[in-house]
Parts: sequence; C-alpha cells; structure tokens
Amino acid sequence: MELLERFARGDLEAFEALFRQFQGEVYGWVLRMVRDRGAAEDLTIETFWRIYRAHARFDPSRGFGPWARRIASNLAVDHLKRARSELPLVEDCLAAEPPSDAALRRELRDGIELAFRSLPAKLKVVAVLGLVEERSQEEIAEALGMSVGAVKSRMFRAVRALRRSLVRVGIEP
Amino acid sequence: MNEHERERTIELLKGVIRPVEDGGLSGDLWPRMLRRMEEGPMRVPWFDWALAGLVVVLLLLFPGLIPRVLYHL
Repeated sequence: MELLERFARGDLEAFEALFRQFQGEVYGWVLRMVRDRGAAEDLTIETFWRIYRAHARFDPSRGFGPWARRIASNLAVDHLKRARSELPLVEDCLAAEPPSDAALRRELRDGIELAFRSLPAKLKVVAVLGLVEERSQEEIAEALGMSVGAVKSRMFRAVRALRRSLVRVGIEP
Repeated sequence: MNEHERERTIELLKGVIRPVEDGGLSGDLWPRMLRRMEEGPMRVPWFDWALAGLVVVLLLLFPGLIPRVLYHL
C-alpha cells in the first residue's frame, strides 16, 4: 500500500516516514514566515500534530507537501498575531550593514524595523514571503489558501502600510 | 503612493530585512513529536476563555471598534 494511503488510514510508521521526509521542508517554510528558529521548531511540531490528528481527512490523491505547508502557514500566521508586539527579528535575519550602505543610518534601520513589526500579521506574512524572500505569488497563494489576486492586494496594502508607518516616524521613502 | 514611492519603500525594507538563511534543522524533531503526541490536545486555559468573553462584550458595547479589530485579524 502506498505511504500516503497508509498514513490516511492512521498508520504511525507511515506518519513517521512522512514526518522525517517533510520536517525540514515545513521547518524551512515556517522559519521564513516567523523568522525565529525556536518558534519555527515548535510550530513544525504543532503542524505535524495537527496533520496526525487530521489523517482521516487527508486525500492521498493530493500531495502531502502542499497540505502540510497550508497547515503550517495557518499556524505561523496565528503565531505572528499572538507575538506581534514582541516579534524578534533575530540577528541573522537583519542585513549586516555593508560599507556601501553606510548612509543607511541606525535610526533609519530602527524605523524600518518598527514599521515592519507594526504590520498586521496577514500583511506581514505576505510582505516577508513576497518581498524579502521573493517567493512567487502563486506559491504564497497556495500556502495561504487564497487567490493570487488576494496576494497581490495584500502585498500592495503591506507596502502602503509600511510607507505610512515610515512617514509617521519621520522617514520619507 | 506612486510607483517610485512603492519601489523605494520595498528597497528600504530589503535593505534592513534580508532572507533567512535556513541552515536546516538543528536535529531530528521526531523524539519531540512523540512527546507531543503523548501530551494529547492542548487545553485552552480558562483565562483565555475569559479574555475572549471580555472582547465580545467590549465589541457589543462599542461596535465602532469592530472594523479596527477586523483589520488587525
């Protein structure tokens, strides 16, 4: 019997095989969204826990990866909503200031960070995946369970909100 | 917001926040997964239910807040 079919019937060994096959991919995707390694690991576990509980609803004729990514994305967005005020932009996610960018003052960096943190979770996720990670709109749409048009709209709103926040702290892009 | 302002805003964002360097998992998460499965479903603490109730009451008392709350959801 196929691995996916065995998983759908509740076979723990099949689940373990899928877990080992997809844990890295799910973790990588969540990390891009939440930008915190500890939280990404926790959310990866929670994603697979939900997958395990929902095995009976899984359709083996459809891919496991996209399904896992959708569940992970929903959890990541929920996490960002909860952690909005204290979201760490872990050091390794902040660009080191190259010599050619010396003009990008600390004040400016702080302003941009603050503006980014203040974005609503649903806009922040689209902005970080689309603009920073440069993922395709189709990929983002599939992972978040929305249309490409909705992704485009959120990306536009995210940039607009970001700009407004920057203007509020005295930075005129 | 015109196209130039949009591009400049994106440029500033990318100048400060760079793509995550994945680097992969620090180790196999399967042992943690097994512990999570033993724990079973998480219970919602009573405090969270109380907080949710309070929010509902506030929204009923001040319906003007609803669009603002929806925006942030």
